[in-house]
Amino acid sequence: MLQYRNQFSFLLMLALVFSLPGVSWAASLELSREQLTGGDPLDSMQWPDLKTQFFEKNAKVQFDSRVKVTVPLFAEDAMNVPVSFDASALGKVTKLVVLVDRNPIRKVLEFIPLRSRPSLSFRFKLEQASPIRVAALTPDGIWHVGNAFIEASGGGCTVPGATRADGSWPKTLNRVAGKVFDANTLRNDARLRVQVSHPMDTGLVAGVPAFYVEQLTLSDANNEVLAHLYPFEPVSENPLFSFDFEEKPNGPIRLTGKDNNGNKIDAKVGL
Amino acid sequence: MGLFSLTRLAAAVCAALPMALAMAVDVPKIDLPQVNRGTLDYGLKSTPLGGGWHLIAGANADFSQDNGCNIINTGFYVDRDQVVVLNTGTSKRYGQQQRDLIDKFSGHKPVATVLALNLHPDYFLGNQAYPKESLSATKVTQKGILAESKAYEDNLFRLCGDWMSGTETASPTRTVLVDQGLNLGSREVKLLELNGHTASDLVVFDAEHGLMWAGGLVFFNRIPTTPHANLKLWIESLRTLRGLNPRLVVPSHGPVSTGIQAIEQTLDYLTWLDNRLTEAAAAGAEMNDVMKAGAPSRFHHFAAYPAEFYRNVTHLYPAYERSALGGF
Repeated sequence: MLQYRNQFSFLLMLALVFSLPGVSWAASLELSREQLTGGDPLDSMQWPDLKTQFFEKNAKVQFDSRVKVTVPLFAEDAMNVPVSFDASALGKVTKLVVLVDRNPIRKVLEFIPLRSRPSLSFRFKLEQASPIRVAALTPDGIWHVGNAFIEASGGGCTVPGATRADGSWPKTLNRVAGKVFDANTLRNDARLRVQVSHPMDTGLVAGVPAFYVEQLTLSDANNEVLAHLYPFEPVSENPLFSFDFEEKPNGPIRLTGKDNNGNKIDAKVGL
Repeated sequence: MGLFSLTRLAAAVCAALPMALAMAVDVPKIDLPQVNRGTLDYGLKSTPLGGGWHLIAGANADFSQDNGCNIINTGFYVDRDQVVVLNTGTSKRYGQQQRDLIDKFSGHKPVATVLALNLHPDYFLGNQAYPKESLSATKVTQKGILAESKAYEDNLFRLCGDWMSGTETASPTRTVLVDQGLNLGSREVKLLELNGHTASDLVVFDAEHGLMWAGGLVFFNRIPTTPHANLKLWIESLRTLRGLNPRLVVPSHGPVSTGIQAIEQTLDYLTWLDNRLTEAAAAGAEMNDVMKAGAPSRFHHFAAYPAEFYRNVTHLYPAYERSALGGF
């Protein structure tokens, strides 16, 4: 019966194809591909769904190669996949969101660069090979999306981190290490690198509830806020962030924030 | 006369040069495996290295199903009435084919000792083919194998597919006591437990024949692997090996080499890498920046470049970053 129905629909399709004008055979295939992937340059069928899930219904979302996303050739360590992005070519950017198509938790972080460049580096956990998206919102209300594809063997989200596995995380919870680096021959910007001691549990490891840093704010010596960052579960254990600045900020820089259990983070990073 | 002697001198030099080269490069011709992926035959070949030692060479490449994931050099020693085996390859199947080859060669002499030179999977996953009581390693390596073997099995099944069927870890339980050396039967050779490639890197040195089984500490014309590495300790260990002045060095990965050539080459790469990562962390470089910058051109012809270099950065850079940021 099933066999018959398959044959029948195949014949029906053939009849349809031959009844269409010659050109539209290829065109109709392309259209369906376009519909399936929403025009995604990485050809991911998750993209339309991702767009519906994370952007408002009438949001203007466009792919834009000016949002540069750098990832390694392959993710050797699925628990710590390094990502760097830079949306400086767009001019002013009010907000950035990082999304991963094929992670069980797709939103990686949100970033509001008030006085820093709209660029950031960090590491995250990857469950399987996937596109990664960085969406940058410009003041005209348009989301500009940059992409990269990461090859991986996977398993990053469902495996406990090293300090969770050996139980050592409470010893240094929410302590901060960091340093401001001058511009150099490799980089025109000053850079702040901060690392927070935290297990960043995804909640996907049996018996270990989600436990992660959810809010961080950077401010300078004059209490001017430099940037807000909202990490989510996929950000790697002991998260390390690099922020870039056109001008070296007035230090010491203060990092405040909290995790989803309400534990506070408050540290000064010297110059 | 003048002209004549010059020509003679030239002729003498020309004759002497190949001889000098031949003396410096007296590596025996190594038989490489003839893999048959269809029949899952590793096509292992042995090459005599002198003094009773034999090498079973692997491909100088990265793990792939085409080479059967056989990228390791293993070896054996045949004495009057027993055999000693060094490393057993990536799978049960490798262990069985290795043992068949050795049995044929030795006329089925008993295998007295099977030694895993460190905790990495291609050193011990063929252990199933050998008697349990022969399986040996240092205490530290035994502990490491217990902790890591499940992850190794999963990873190699994924990478190597059918080659791995039936493979389960047979952990070494006999502890090697380095001070006592390695008993070959009728004689003993030196054992050194060093570290840096892993927490316990065994080296077998047959001083009488100048032959060094350098295990994971030496790589030749291949980017070193670093999942458990500490570069500073590793560099120290290589200096120790250099001091032993071996005639022939068998690395675990890559071709056999004469003298200290391979030791010097590994030292060169690791010293460069250690400096590069230190400078990058001090300059606030991101991991992706370090990968993109690559290694100097003298390392580009190494097997597994750049993939293994990217792995090096992934494994090692976080510790350099932590120390540059001051720690928690």
